[in-house]
Amino acid sequence: MDHLTIIGWSRAEFIGYRCHPQLDTDKNLMNFILKQPSVLPGFALTLGFALFYLSVIVLIPLSGLFVKTSTLSWEQFWNIVTNSRAVASYQLTFGASLVGSLINGLFGSIIAWVLVRYRFPGRSIVDALVDLPFALPTAVAGITLAAIYASNGWIGRYLEPFGIKVAFTPLGVLVALTFIGLPFVVRSVQPVLQDLDKEVEEAATTLGANRWQTFRAVIVPELWPALLTGIAMAFARAVGEYGSVIFIAGNMPLKSEITPLLIMTKLEQYDYAGATALGVVMLVASFALALAINLLQWWSNARRSNQ
Amino acid sequence: MKSLSITSTKDLLWKDSLTTESPLIRRLLIGTALLYLTFFLFIPLAAVFAEALKDGIVAYVESLLNEDALASIRLTLLVAAVAVPLNALFGVAAAWAIAKFDFVGKQILITLIDMPLAVSPVISGLIYVLLFGLQGWFGPWLADHDIKIMFALPGIVLATIFVTVPFVARELIPLMQSQGREEEEAAITLGASGWQMFVHITLPNIKWSLLYGVILCNARAMGEFGAVSVVSGHIRGLTNTMPLHVEILYNEYNAVSAFAVASLLTLLAVVTLAVKAIVERKTHFPTIVADPMSEVQTGSIR
Amino acid sequence: MSIQVDHVTKRFGAFVVLNDVSLHVQEGELVALLGPSGCGKTTLLRILAGLEKPDRGRIFLHGTEATNRRVTERRVGFVFQHYALFRHMTVAENVAFGLTVQPRSLRPSPARIQERVRELLTLVQLQAMAGRYPSQLSGGQRQRVALARALAVEPKLLLLDEPFGALDAKVRKELRRWLRRLHDELHITGILVTHDQEEALEVADRVVVMHQGNVEQIGTPDEVYEHPASPFVCQFLGDVNVFHGRAVQERNFPALPPLPDGELVAPVGTVDEREITFVRPHDLDLNRNRMNPAQVEAIVRYVLTAGSRVRIELIAQNSTQAIEVELTKERYRELNLREGEVVFVHPRRRQVFKILRS
Repeated sequence: MDHLTIIGWSRAEFIGYRCHPQLDTDKNLMNFILKQPSVLPGFALTLGFALFYLSVIVLIPLSGLFVKTSTLSWEQFWNIVTNSRAVASYQLTFGASLVGSLINGLFGSIIAWVLVRYRFPGRSIVDALVDLPFALPTAVAGITLAAIYASNGWIGRYLEPFGIKVAFTPLGVLVALTFIGLPFVVRSVQPVLQDLDKEVEEAATTLGANRWQTFRAVIVPELWPALLTGIAMAFARAVGEYGSVIFIAGNMPLKSEITPLLIMTKLEQYDYAGATALGVVMLVASFALALAINLLQWWSNARRSNQ
Repeated sequence: MKSLSITSTKDLLWKDSLTTESPLIRRLLIGTALLYLTFFLFIPLAAVFAEALKDGIVAYVESLLNEDALASIRLTLLVAAVAVPLNALFGVAAAWAIAKFDFVGKQILITLIDMPLAVSPVISGLIYVLLFGLQGWFGPWLADHDIKIMFALPGIVLATIFVTVPFVARELIPLMQSQGREEEEAAITLGASGWQMFVHITLPNIKWSLLYGVILCNARAMGEFGAVSVVSGHIRGLTNTMPLHVEILYNEYNAVSAFAVASLLTLLAVVTLAVKAIVERKTHFPTIVADPMSEVQTGSIR
Repeated sequence: MSIQVDHVTKRFGAFVVLNDVSLHVQEGELVALLGPSGCGKTTLLRILAGLEKPDRGRIFLHGTEATNRRVTERRVGFVFQHYALFRHMTVAENVAFGLTVQPRSLRPSPARIQERVRELLTLVQLQAMAGRYPSQLSGGQRQRVALARALAVEPKLLLLDEPFGALDAKVRKELRRWLRRLHDELHITGILVTHDQEEALEVADRVVVMHQGNVEQIGTPDEVYEHPASPFVCQFLGDVNVFHGRAVQERNFPALPPLPDGELVAPVGTVDEREITFVRPHDLDLNRNRMNPAQVEAIVRYVLTAGSRVRIELIAQNSTQAIEVELTKERYRELNLREGEVVFVHPRRRQVFKILRS
């Protein structure tokens, strides 16, 4: 019998074939790998139109900015973008944006948590209103914030006795940039919190973790990528913001002047080269941020889909 | 009635969950959230209307019926009437190509669509000045032919289109991707033409998100300030949109009139948010109903 | 409508999904394309529908070439795997869709369309559901709506992609029988794609077993089950014990005891060739005593008596591998086996294949 090797009943081999129908690779292949023709109509028409439209509206005008910059010598460019007034404006713009987005990171997370986990009267209205800074025209936000934080305003008058001046100071810039960044953190944390599997938390509890340990060890790691994405989005939005800031900032050169306003000032003085050079700095910063946000989102999605 | 406020079963779970915080911490967190929102949302929202109505309803109405105010409203409506349909058309076309087909460079296209969101509004205006302004590429040629783009309606429309390009497409792409192409393929196998497929299948499936995309696009188009400010030239009664008019009135210390016009824009924002809430309820109702219990639930949500 | 698939090849990138596939389906036949995920069966179905185009090869429908004919001109009814019901339309509107989009000159009157919808819903036993939306139906009901919708345009050919894939076991069995009866009534040529061998063997007139883009075997359910053409077909159609053995020259000392009638399905080669032997659990018999020097000695490990037949798992004496045997209740009682006892295994039938050395 030693010439006979029995490898036995091999049902296990077949289990591999019996995949769940939704995992049918026929379909996956079509959806992800392939660039195949389809029976659905309109591809050439819609793609052609979209490309034409984007070229005319977005691509050509944006490339114009870089072409215009190339008329400056490197030295001229460098002098404009490192001028002390410009540098002061970067410090204020990026500094206030960073602080504002971090404030929103903290309070936005709390708001998202409260909206997802707790039920209280008016919750759905609050939930809907969170997007207000996104939908409200920036000029309206600007004059309103300036009015309520002015020394005789609804809030400003209570801060005045403590020697806190908000309107027409760098602090005003911070208030405006915090206002417009609010929805971003809430809206990126909220869905992750909603999808969080309750069983994971229950498992942590059954294993003896208290609420704080569960929060630290189970919930925070899940939220982290989305939170960072939200903060980065709020920061990116704040860096470019113009309308809501100029009314409350006071706009003193070297003190409370943001970079977009400096560009505007140069434009009004017909200093197109100067405006363009600063515009390029802002644009490069924006694209770097957009890239960072894309990477963060990719990371966040990869984490979520791995589960 | 009972399930109108329930948007998903997950909502139910959290309420009954054992894994929640003590009532004290719960109240503390809710209090913190509401306090923060009070300072940054509720007070500003109330302040707009309070400031607008400070001198009474008569002054409010008069501010709105002012000739320059009416001109700014007309101009804003006109700009939106051009920009929004164009961007809606673009959004549907781009979403159709991106969501229903696989092609090389799709990701680049998506990035391009999002680009205006990353750009500061001031720069969005600046790029058109560089193209069509007197010192711009086409400036001399336009001047020779007596065509005004900068500091005129075409410039305002262009800048507005640029800023609001992404909104409709961004609403539609994820939705249409998640819907897949089987329904459309089914329509084609049943003999529908391309147009019939679009009208009977695709459009009804995306109508709510399309509506929200259009409304959001419209709100942003009417409210755009920075980009329009660069290209408008601020000519009263001619090239002032509503947000620019608000600025001028405010700088003239005519706060009541400024807030009166601002209150219209605020109402627009509130309506936009209301539409969003409705659309979310419409598009998120459960689609898979296996057991009779949830069948009842779907019925009551409808 | 008869179908001729002629040397069809389809690639997705570098991946060959269909490799020179040929197939003939006669008018009125119900054929199952059976194979594991990724074997190309769904792609073949989509090519027949006109949803995909082959890279090479031709398709003939009813004797005329249809390779480049558009999907709308093929008159096929396609039932999608996840049904692809129009979620914003009621059941009746879904079924009516194919008729309402016909050109005005061909379109039946609204009253006629309504009547046709009623007929179809009666056919699929869903008259009461006409006003419901797809989201309010169970999986099996959605399946039948999808079928009614496909039948509304009176297709000459019905294509079903995993028609019962998303349903639970019980509904699946019912619908399977129902589909078979429906096919017998309508006499429409039908092709269904499935990865479930039981489903294919029960429903279809003929089964096309596919593997990695190739057709492994075409035949009636009996043929493919009893006379598999390849190791893959043998393994894919039901449970099987696999024995790797070396063929020896003398027939009186083979790897396994000779069958009573000495029948071998595939020829056994010379001493240098390895061979693989497949025996289905119900084709093995057990004896308490050695009847033949070549019988495999084994120990009874588990006995499962639940069900109509008794399943016994053995461990071969000279290896650690398991062998599964299926006995009738009578035979089991006759043997009176206990766990831990020694038995001798004897195949009544087997499939032997050569493994070709490369």
